[in-house]
Amino acid sequence: MSEFAFQILLTLDATLRLATPLIFCALAGLFSERSGIIDISLEGKLLGSAFAAGAVASVTGSVYMGLLAAVGVSISMSLVHGFACITHRGNQIISGLAVNILASGLTVTLGIALFQRGGQTPTLGPNERFQPIELPFADALAQAPLLGPVYDELVSGHKLLVYLAFIAVPLAALVLTRTRFGLRLRAVGESPEAVDSAGVSVPWLRYRAVIVAGILCGIAGAYLSTAHGAGFIREMSAGKGYIALAAMIFGKWRPWSALFACLLFGFLEAASSRLIGVEFPIIGEAPTNLMLVLPYIMTVVLLAGFFGRAEAPSALGTPYVKEH
Amino acid sequence: MKSAFRLLAAAAVSLAAATVQAADFKPAVVYDMGGKFDKSFNEGVYNGVKRFTEETGIEVTEFEVTNEAQRQRAMERLIQRGATVLLGVGFGQADAITAVAEANPDVQFGIIDVFWLDQPNLRQYSFKEHEGSYLVGVAAAMKSESGTVGFVGGMDVPLIRKFACGYVQGVKSVSADIQVLQNMTGTTPSAWNDPVKGGELAQSQIDRGADVVYHAAGGTGIGVIQTTADAGKLAIGVDANQNYLAPGKVLTSMVKRVDVAAYQHFADAHKGMFSAGVVQLGLAEGGVDWAVDEYNRDLVSGEIEAAVAAAKEAIISGAITVHNYEEDQSCPF
Repeated sequence: MSEFAFQILLTLDATLRLATPLIFCALAGLFSERSGIIDISLEGKLLGSAFAAGAVASVTGSVYMGLLAAVGVSISMSLVHGFACITHRGNQIISGLAVNILASGLTVTLGIALFQRGGQTPTLGPNERFQPIELPFADALAQAPLLGPVYDELVSGHKLLVYLAFIAVPLAALVLTRTRFGLRLRAVGESPEAVDSAGVSVPWLRYRAVIVAGILCGIAGAYLSTAHGAGFIREMSAGKGYIALAAMIFGKWRPWSALFACLLFGFLEAASSRLIGVEFPIIGEAPTNLMLVLPYIMTVVLLAGFFGRAEAPSALGTPYVKEH
Repeated sequence: MKSAFRLLAAAAVSLAAATVQAADFKPAVVYDMGGKFDKSFNEGVYNGVKRFTEETGIEVTEFEVTNEAQRQRAMERLIQRGATVLLGVGFGQADAITAVAEANPDVQFGIIDVFWLDQPNLRQYSFKEHEGSYLVGVAAAMKSESGTVGFVGGMDVPLIRKFACGYVQGVKSVSADIQVLQNMTGTTPSAWNDPVKGGELAQSQIDRGADVVYHAAGGTGIGVIQTTADAGKLAIGVDANQNYLAPGKVLTSMVKRVDVAAYQHFADAHKGMFSAGVVQLGLAEGGVDWAVDEYNRDLVSGEIEAAVAAAKEAIISGAITVHNYEEDQSCPF
């Protein structure tokens, strides 16, 4: 296999790693927004749960306790958001923003109070992190032509949560299109009056939607600090929640399209870090700034040029007021 | 006769002032984001402060800021409470200390990691990071088996290019054939706190053949160290001694001895030897160094140790001049 093809394979491998938190977050946003609740608090939940996972894994020494804590924290943040905009019909953007600011401040403050390391958690040891899973026959098949290296490098050797992300997508699609919960969830995002007149509680449906969003964001956060990274570092979410939100809109609020968008973002990021400093035939060394801005330029181009208008759920952002 | 008397009077007054000052010697330090036990920059300062307190018995008032907005307020409050000598930590405090120093001309200020300010009552401590980076470059080049080594920088600023340039010069001094891969994490301050990206950059360099990766990227570097350790390669730490972060997987660390600067600031002020201006701390002053301890002892062969020691001596004696990127904004290597 040629060196060039091998590099492409490694870039694709990195794509999967980088896209995983985006996939979870995009699905989280999808559930929330399909029910009519705008969720810009993905970023805050991601950060909060990353901290919870890092802190709890470090204290208890168990990565699964960390994951559990991350999901718990993320759900409670979702409920805060839900309480403000479902029960009290507050502005959903403001509430989401408040959750983000809360997470940004609280993680650092708690981190300093607990670990005295400037908001970082201690570096996590092997038991406190997810370890790569070598799929069966990866070594044996590595020598096989073409498919061998693909299986060995690309498919095998990821952390549990990466595989989980790729299982979560069809699962989400199934729930949304095939289950009673999913159908009602979509209906409540399009026309809550209809759902209400059918005798189904709109607030309860929306609460369930944000709880699902909380679970998914929690897994994404745990991935950041205990699978991809090895500990929490302040502001480590670094805008991934917003990128996931963009990917979800880009994917027109559909699981498979959102997956595609997340993979695209992941690929652009993987490619940009691999292209910085590489010499090109005509333009010479690729400038850092250009490479870093590439994913964003591509987003604008793709969003504006190829995919046309993204249709949001009609009741998105409007609190439901029951008529008496 | 009259003028002699006046001179005497002046001397008496200044003597009185000096004794008042000695009695009123109240040192204070403002740690930056991270806090004094951050296992890095701030903790280094704390160690210097501790040494000063142990030697003189004088307590140093401390403040730990937890967000950017607190810096100036903290300095003002310390001065209100009578601080006469104040030390700021890190370039993030440069603006705050300039404002406070202007308003309080009688207080003796110091700031670490800054060299571009101009205040008559401010001393700035700056490190010759390029010299330390040269040393770890020598170590990296000798340790590398693949003939390719890497560098991951944080935010793309001249300071970090200075690290990179010194490192490259050190590597090339061992063999001009060794390739150095360089990546910067980003162009915004978030580039200091993105360990995931740092890890990916390190991974991309490892994929291209690097087997030793030096980082100058703050929190991002934690990801670099983690990834190189997971891949069975070697990392080089920065600022503080980071050898312990992945025992046996961190070749060495380029340490900035901020404790030396902190101690020097308070000791000089205590002895009445405070002066404004820029103090450059390089290899000769013990301001930068490489770290060998129980965590990397087995990685550093006698051969490497001898080569680094020779390079160190040559830099101190002036036989080797390490290029400073910040002087001409370019790197000739």
